[in-house]
Amino acid sequence: MYLEIPKSLKLVVNQAHQVAKHVFRPISRKYDRAEHDYPKELDLLAALMDGLSAGGGQRGAGIDALQQDEGSGQGVRNGANMSTCLGMTELCWGDVGLALSIPRQGLGNAAITAVADVEQRKRFKGAWAAMAITEPGAGSDSANIRTTARLDGDEWVLNGEKIYVTAGSRADSVVVWATLDRNLGRAAIKSFVVPQGTPGMEVVRLDKKMGIRASDTASITLTDCRIPKANLLGTSDIDTKKGFSGVMQTFDNTRPVVAAMGVGVARAALEHTRKLLGREGIKVRYRGPLFTKSAAEAELIRMEAEWEAGRLLMLKAAWMADNGIPNSTEASMSKAKAARVANEITLRCVELCGGVGYSEEELLEKWARDSKIIDIFEGTQQIQLLIIARRLLGKRSSELR
Amino acid sequence: MGGGLRVLNRIADSPLVERLGLEERAQQLVYEGAKRAAETAAKAAKRLTPKRSGDRPRSSMKFDLSLSEEQQLMRDTLRRWADDVMQPAAREADDRSAPPDDFLEAFSDLGAIAMAVPEVMGGAAEQVSAVSQMLIAEDLARGDMGLAYAALSPLSFVNALVHWGDDDQRASLLPSFLEGHMTVASVAVVEPQPFFDPSALRTTAKKRASDYVLSGEKSMVALAVRAKWFLVAAEIPKAGPRFFLLERDAAGVEVTEEPAMGLRSAELARLKLDNVRVARDSVLGGEAALKAEGKAAYDDAVNRSRIAWGAMALGTSQALLDYAIPYCNDRIAFGEPISHRQAVAFMIANIGIELESMRMLVYRAAARIDAGLKCRRESYLARTLCSDKAMQIGTNGVQLLGGAGFIKDHPMEIWYRQLRAIGVMDGNLLL
Repeated sequence: MYLEIPKSLKLVVNQAHQVAKHVFRPISRKYDRAEHDYPKELDLLAALMDGLSAGGGQRGAGIDALQQDEGSGQGVRNGANMSTCLGMTELCWGDVGLALSIPRQGLGNAAITAVADVEQRKRFKGAWAAMAITEPGAGSDSANIRTTARLDGDEWVLNGEKIYVTAGSRADSVVVWATLDRNLGRAAIKSFVVPQGTPGMEVVRLDKKMGIRASDTASITLTDCRIPKANLLGTSDIDTKKGFSGVMQTFDNTRPVVAAMGVGVARAALEHTRKLLGREGIKVRYRGPLFTKSAAEAELIRMEAEWEAGRLLMLKAAWMADNGIPNSTEASMSKAKAARVANEITLRCVELCGGVGYSEEELLEKWARDSKIIDIFEGTQQIQLLIIARRLLGKRSSELR
Repeated sequence: MGGGLRVLNRIADSPLVERLGLEERAQQLVYEGAKRAAETAAKAAKRLTPKRSGDRPRSSMKFDLSLSEEQQLMRDTLRRWADDVMQPAAREADDRSAPPDDFLEAFSDLGAIAMAVPEVMGGAAEQVSAVSQMLIAEDLARGDMGLAYAALSPLSFVNALVHWGDDDQRASLLPSFLEGHMTVASVAVVEPQPFFDPSALRTTAKKRASDYVLSGEKSMVALAVRAKWFLVAAEIPKAGPRFFLLERDAAGVEVTEEPAMGLRSAELARLKLDNVRVARDSVLGGEAALKAEGKAAYDDAVNRSRIAWGAMALGTSQALLDYAIPYCNDRIAFGEPISHRQAVAFMIANIGIELESMRMLVYRAAARIDAGLKCRRESYLARTLCSDKAMQIGTNGVQLLGGAGFIKDHPMEIWYRQLRAIGVMDGNLLL
């Protein structure tokens, strides 16, 4: 047993940290204020990441490399899932909104990797894919989506309305969840790749948000939108026994990455708060009873313990994915824990720093706004608790609703 | 790389780039630069990869949650023993405030003590491992935390001898733990005062002629009534805290029963030391321990104690969760199992999350010891988290069973009382 970051991934961590520190932080406030302006600095960053990838430095890192590994049979692996989580942690230490806007690193890319066949993976290589699941009438209740897909000759015809699509206007394609038959429930839900510019698909609105304002959040309509038959990811068979498993596979890989976002932004807040409180004479010492310390020092230590829990649960879920061990429960645990403590920590840090924390002079107040979404997207806290409870109790979704 | 990025950022931000239509060119530059940097780094990494096999250098170690074959074997054995022997014995032992008569002998027969002592010292371990010790504590506490405390006390005494004893101390004491029947021994660090701090002891060891004189009180010492040996932590003026080997029969040692909220089956007692004279060579580690390395050893012991109690929280919390799940599935209210209600199911989910959180912090701290890394911060954070979460799990366990959790027909109320110990006990055990 060894639970430290392996030296082989230190390079990935360091590179991502440099990007976060020197690219994201300096422009963090700028794009928080200029919501919906395209952060053109990110094109350079995308080129940088492609270069790193081609040079072999960051092989297998990035959202598009996420998959459940079969396990090589040659001992333990620290692979793409772990390196992506570690990279995302650093990037979100810099800025969550900007991390969500890196070209070709959309959540749709994870869906393509998880579900696409060999031909599709090749065809969609290099795409920047957003993920469109939520609808005005169906958020967490994603089995109840109304967007439909109808086969007409060699084309699928999509109709419906999608909201809260992260990177929905900037990505060059959108992975859309749609049902083949509303009467057949979750088993009939499939995902489709719709290239931006396809007639019938239109970005109708960009949301104004409390946080992650550097990231575009789009509403999209699909009106008789026709895409090639081969753009359906996975199989078009409706297997009511397998149910949701096809499209849901994505989440086992992406939830630890979302946990990583919480781990990153919370560390930013903790580090900065320690620095500011340090100037007021508050030092953190890992000795002596918690109760004889100042309230501020004790609070910093408690938060750090909770933060470590989120971080280590993230690493565990990623390690399992890298080694072919089913990780649905652990992926949800990591997301639930890391997201809720990230929100608590960032909010508490604002409070601990008082007016300085609340003022736009520092980024603390921004982090406290940004962190809230992490406990909501990719499955809310409550959805994670449902998933975990069902697994632990051995209950079906029809029993524990 | 950082400086280059700062420059690039400025370029990207420059209105000139856009106006001159230089975006693509700038991107190409960045791409090539990054590719070159990555190629160089990848090559350098390859060159640095160590070639030797056998004992793995830390630099090539991977994040890995898997257990060694030996650890897995010990774990399977102890879990079965915890479920089949300890759990059924827990209630009566709690009522009697003592472990079953043959309990310590049976534990000794399982070989856990031999596995804690290296072959060169007469034991059976190829290599001693903090992770192995931590897993033993976890698995025993799954049976019953009080009984686990009783079993781990002699083991902690042995661990201290193995880690920090000098040759004479090992040679004279270790054989009695390894041959045939079990010698009863216990570790005494905790003192009966609010804000107890193992690094600021009130018990003192003052030099008198060539001896030391111990004075003070130790609290909640396991098996103290029957123990033959104690390992007592005391403050040597100016030198700081050290451990002393103390025989039960020494003049001035008084042991009185000290029943508590939980951990009762460990036969808790108060140890009063009234000017107890011990020989100079009773300092654990001998003369050398009086120097700075003795202080470092004591700090190490504090860390190891925190990890041990964290492991206890894991085992008992797991037993609680494993009990609450079938109960909530079987208990019918309003025409369906109560586990079909989110108010109940979410409590189960949160016990699962916080248990796994504690587990990761405790495991990591122990694994750092085996890797030769410092763990003061990690064991402190593990203790901080476990103190809060263990009690939260304990109180929610009783809540899930309702009235049934409060009466003694179920083991839940024992777990509630025992999980409160995690925040209290800061000493008396060590891996």
